Parts: sequence; structure tokens; C-alpha cells
Amino acid sequence: MNFFKESLLQLLGRAPSKPKADDFTPEVKQIHFYKRGEKVSLEEIRAEHMGHHSHKWRNRRWATLIIVNLLFVVSYYFDVQLLEGALTASRFVGFHMADLNSALQVMLAFKHVVLNLLIGTVTIFILWLLLGGRSFCSWVCPYHLVAEFAEKIHLWLVQRKLIKNHEFHRGVRTAFYVSFALLALASGYTVFETISPTGILSRAIIYGATLALGWVAFLLLFEIFISQRAWCRYVCPIGMTYGVVGLFSPLRVVYNVESCKHEGECRKVCLVPHVLDPVIKGRATDVNVPIGADCTRCGLCIDTCPTGSLRYEFKGLNKVL
Amino acid sequence: MSDDQHDGDKITAKSEPPVVNRRKQQERRLVLRSLMLAAGVIGVSAMGYIPVARSWNPRLRPPGALEESEFLASCIKCGQCVQVCPVEAIKLADIMDGFGVGVPYVDARAQACDFSCDGLQCILACPTGALSHSLNYPAEIRMGFARLDRPDLCLAMLGKGFQGKIRGPEFDGLFRYSEIDRWKPQRVHDQEFDLEVCDLCVRHCPIEIRIAQCEAGEPPSGDVNQCPPRHAIELQAEDRGDGRMRMRPVVLDGCVGCGACEMVCPTEPAAIVIDIESTVERV
Repeated sequence: MNFFKESLLQLLGRAPSKPKADDFTPEVKQIHFYKRGEKVSLEEIRAEHMGHHSHKWRNRRWATLIIVNLLFVVSYYFDVQLLEGALTASRFVGFHMADLNSALQVMLAFKHVVLNLLIGTVTIFILWLLLGGRSFCSWVCPYHLVAEFAEKIHLWLVQRKLIKNHEFHRGVRTAFYVSFALLALASGYTVFETISPTGILSRAIIYGATLALGWVAFLLLFEIFISQRAWCRYVCPIGMTYGVVGLFSPLRVVYNVESCKHEGECRKVCLVPHVLDPVIKGRATDVNVPIGADCTRCGLCIDTCPTGSLRYEFKGLNKVL
Repeated sequence: MSDDQHDGDKITAKSEPPVVNRRKQQERRLVLRSLMLAAGVIGVSAMGYIPVARSWNPRLRPPGALEESEFLASCIKCGQCVQVCPVEAIKLADIMDGFGVGVPYVDARAQACDFSCDGLQCILACPTGALSHSLNYPAEIRMGFARLDRPDLCLAMLGKGFQGKIRGPEFDGLFRYSEIDRWKPQRVHDQEFDLEVCDLCVRHCPIEIRIAQCEAGEPPSGDVNQCPPRHAIELQAEDRGDGRMRMRPVVLDGCVGCGACEMVCPTEPAAIVIDIESTVERV
């Protein structure tokens, strides 16, 4: 239960809490004890990373993301009725699917739920409950992909000391979430949909370019020059919705402390580094620690880890991946 | 404040440096910055209300659309209605529609809804009921109401006929001419007309076409429920005593506002247009 609480609080924006002495299991205490005495040479770690260039999960993820979005396009242009609609709501070979956040906005604004919408919402809820919640973000959302490219430019500029990254308080996303929910409820309009880059991009991909893409471009420029991955980290209520779903998901990334060198490369590539707090030396409370709900299951940390200390897990089905 | 006092302040400041908690300061900045971000994003999203409140773009909505504000609330902006329309009459609005971004509309002059699907597929496709599922037949729809906006341009009112292609070869609007193909809508510019008195709006009215089919004993899709109970438009003779044979297109109670008449009207601008405002009350 403690994991859920910590996971939820982090999702809402609280900084990860340091574990107390009695949170640690005896096994992990022993590992931490031995690691304290162990000398790790920087050269050794560097050498280990030099020989390790995996993009396995990133490539699979990008392929999935592109295929899913192309499926919408192909279905429309060739009229094959495979995946009709857009990411906000669609029909997969006839079955209704509705994005949870879009559906929530409509329900709050319209204050009336038709059966089809309910079916679509429940279907998508179960789907992402099984698939990890925020895995929607990194494996499907088209904005995530373009933001990843923008992030590369941002990091390059930061490295050249041309710009500085500005962080925000992560709790602001919770404030956004509540605000957009209240706005929809009070105004009777789906206010968030107006500025949702996910919806705008998805529709633009399927139905053709719109002026609304200007807003998406603005967001990307903001992320390049001002704040790294700002939309996904601090604003997007869609991510928050799927994060809550992911809280209960059996599909997650699990950290194993045994062979980890704690060099922190995984936290550097992570969109939501706070979820990787257990990888800091002496923080893991057990030999195997599941990563929290805010994790988008993107797999960048798994790719970057030379010691194989991070891996996907489907709880109950041992080591299927 | 005197200079002496000022100096005194300086001295105390030097002897006792103020305790600045840098971490606290940074935290305060972080919170302030985050509040600014929140205000900015919420502000931008709230701007979407301006085009709605000012009705910058009054839109003809697809068949079965709820009353405008309810429609904007309930539409999930997925475009499934766009995908099923056989004549591609439905488009999605852009950012200049504010809260209406991604919401479907029909630009009747460019491509009207001609009910060539018979089954109101856009309504069936709508996942949220923004296009009301309680409507089953074209005659039950009320998207708007046709109005003879420019009687001075109307060919029938001028007693003129019509020869040739509607709106020229460039116009690529689609219309289902059942006698040519029941399933495949045809390009309007592929049709040649030679009319003594222009009655294009009447002969393209989906309601009038249905009534004629029903009277011939061949209701659309073989379903008698498709038969409209009321006429939508007819030409009435108008005598102004100048010896000219004038015909006035009179819009009747059965008009559903699909916009087919507006699309095929050969004058520029169209003499007959759809009024969006009269969606709710029956005229």
C-alpha cells in the first residue's frame, strides 16, 4: 500500500520522499552495506557505457507510435475502417474507444454520458490499465515524439551553454488538472481540448494541416528554448489521467539494485526522473523496486542501462519481457 | 529620508550581512514561475471562448447536431463523422473557432449534405451523441432553414432558364443523382442542364427528391419511413404585370437546411442560402 501512496503523491507533484530506516528489507540493507565498501572507478563505468549502445526499446516504441498514428491515416484514406476517428475518440474494427481525458472533459462539460462513450471509455481504461497507463504518452501520443526531437535540440543548446533550462514545480500539473476539470464543469465547454497538442496533432495527421499547429509549434519552441519537456512534465492532464490508470497497472519498469553502479545515466534520459529516485545509491528499499505511476514506460532507462538493472515487468507473469 | 540615515543603513548592512536562504529564494522563484505558467496556459485556453461568445464563425452543423453550446460541450473532436460522409460534406473547424476547434461543420456552398447515405451515417458514427442518435431519417433533421437571400439574382425570379454546367467546370461538388447511380455520388460539373426556367434548387432538394421517389412507389433504400411528410421547396408563379413569367422558390415547412440548394444555385453569390439561426424553432 505504501508503494501506491508514494506513487500517487509523486504523480500529484510531490518530490520523492527519502525512505526511513525501517522501510528497508534486510536483503537490501546487506547489499547497500557491501556497496558502501565497494570502490567504483569512473573509468570502469565509462568503459561499460562505451560498449553499450542500445536503442531497442526506443526503436520499438517509435515504430509503434508511428504505426498507430498511421493506422488512423490509412483507415481514412483507403476507407478500410480499421481504426476510424482520431486519438480523442475512435473505433477499432467497429469497437468504440475514447481517450480517457477527452471523454472526461466531454462528460464534465455535457453532463450527460451516452452508452457508446461509456463503452469507449471503459475499453480504453482496461486497455491502458493492462498496458501501463502513461505508456499511452510515450507509445502513442504524437506530441511525445515531436517533443523528443525538440528535447534533443534543447539538450544540445544547453550543452553549448547557449540557453538554460527552467524547471517548474511539478505540482502545477495537478493544479492544471483540477482547473481544466472545473473549467469544463463550470463553462460547459471542453476548454482543454482547445489547446491539447495531442488532439490537434492527431487531427492534423489524419485530416490535414491546420492553423492550430501553430500552437503546437509554439509549445515546441518553448520546450527548446525555455523548459525541457515542459508540456509533458508540468501541464498535460492527459498524462495525469493515464498516470492514475498506471497506478494500478501490472506493466511497469522494475529496478534491481544488485548490479547497479548508480551512475545515474537512466535519470538523465528520463522524462520524469523523480520516478527513478530508487536508483540513487542507498535509496532502494528492496532488491527489486517497481517504478512509480508517473513513469511513461518509454524504456529509455532500460536502453541506457549497461548493467541490466532496469527491465519491464508484467506483474504476475514473471519475466515475460 | 536624509542622507545621514541612508549611510547609517549601509553601515548596519555591512556589519550584519542579511541572512539569505538561497534555497528558499529559489523555491519561491520556482513557485512563482509555476504560477505564471499556470496563468499563461489557462489564459490561452480561456481565449478560446472569444470566438464562441462573439460568434465569429457561425457554422452550419452536420445533421442531428444538438443546440450549439450543447454541441460544443458534447463533441469529442474525433472526426468520425467526417470519415463516413459519402460526399465529404463535413469539415473540422480550425483554431479560429476557439472552443470549436476540431468540431465538425458543413460549408454548404462548397459541399452540401445531400443525405446520399440515407442512413445518417454521421449520426451513427458520433460516439458522444453530439449528433443526436434520436434522429433516424433525413426529414427529421433541422440543420438550418433555406432562405431566398437575393431574389434579384435568382434566375427563376428573373424568368430565366439555365443551360450548361452548374457553377462551371471548376466546381467539384458532389451530389447523388439516384437515376445515374444509387451508391456513387457524381460530380455536379459532369451534369448538363437545359432548363426553360431554372429550378435547380428544387430538383436538387433531397426532400423533394425523396417525395418524388415515394410518390413513384420507390422510397429511398426501400424504406417507407424515408418518405418526408412535408414539402421543402417549390416554385410559385409570381405575376408583376410586366408580362414576364416569374417563378419564386418558396421554402416550405419541410426544409431541413441541408444546403443542397445553396450548393447548386448557379448565381454568384448564391441567391438561396441556409439560415443557421433558425435551427431550433420550426419556421
